[in-house]
Amino acid sequence: MRVLLVDDEQELVETLAERLGIRGIEARWATDGDAALALIDREDFDLAVLDVKIPGINGINLHKMMKEKCPQMKFIFMTGHGSQDDFAAGSAETGVDYYLLKPVTIDELLHKMNELMHQ
Amino acid sequence: MVDRTDVGNASELQYFGKMTASISHEIKNVMAIINESAGLLEDYSLMAEKGMAIDPERLKVVSDRVTMQIRRADRITKNLNNLAHSVDEFHKSIDLKETLALAVGLSGRFADMRSIRLEFQPPSDVPTVITSSFHLLNLIWRVLDFAMGMSGTEKMIGLTYDSDAESVKIRFTGLAAAPNAPEAIFPTAGEAVLLRILGATIQQDAKGGVITLVLPKDVRQQVKTDC
Repeated sequence: MRVLLVDDEQELVETLAERLGIRGIEARWATDGDAALALIDREDFDLAVLDVKIPGINGINLHKMMKEKCPQMKFIFMTGHGSQDDFAAGSAETGVDYYLLKPVTIDELLHKMNELMHQ
Repeated sequence: MVDRTDVGNASELQYFGKMTASISHEIKNVMAIINESAGLLEDYSLMAEKGMAIDPERLKVVSDRVTMQIRRADRITKNLNNLAHSVDEFHKSIDLKETLALAVGLSGRFADMRSIRLEFQPPSDVPTVITSSFHLLNLIWRVLDFAMGMSGTEKMIGLTYDSDAESVKIRFTGLAAAPNAPEAIFPTAGEAVLLRILGATIQQDAKGGVITLVLPKDVRQQVKTDC
């Protein structure tokens, strides 16, 4: 499984990528929407984990753009916001079913990733 | 009907809500990084138990990362504490340099989200101003928010000040020069209420891309004069 992590907190995605790597999952990361789009132009990914709030293109719009480029890709949203209503509105619009509230546990993330990949 | 008091109260609550929501988001991010760092240390210890060699340098990287996040959380909570204490007294003597640094610190995440750099360039002069600290923070945020929305190609908004015997001038630079911009889009009713409370005025130089906020050194004198 190849995973793309997108969050403006570089230390977070770096650490998460290393932890996924220890578990045999190849993970790359980007800290803004433009860098994420550039990465999916160059490399193939099965799944992306996106923060809702990132600089420039927000997570919801980035999801739409990535989905257009790679229709087969699966998505998980990760958010630091307590407001699930905001996310619900965005997810209803974009069709993303999975989101995790920060801080997430690696087991929770892996569980969601596996669930999505086996759908 | 919404009167001036309603506009002022709504603006105050909105500002407080916006800043505290942003702070809570930042604290969540700090916790997420510390959480993952702790998890990574746990991964390393499990790997070591299985007989795999762990480079001590990797442990140091994780340790430094946690230390940096603790310092970051300390800065964030200091800003929150200073924001909370800004309502302790209506009029009080404030250090303008500290107040502007706080305003910039509180606005940092919003600037990051717009990929804009905020540069506070304080001169050596540190004027003391008697004013309403909370309303000044609110007004500076509103000007910064407007300025970021109008920022030029450099995507950098500068903030500096100078003072004379009666007043201080806080300058916001880096707005896109717009000599033909329509007038009266700024300040809005929200800023007008704050300007009145602070006895301040706003000057716009659309051609130069500069907004100047003129603030009396002692708002109490200003209010007396107005009466």
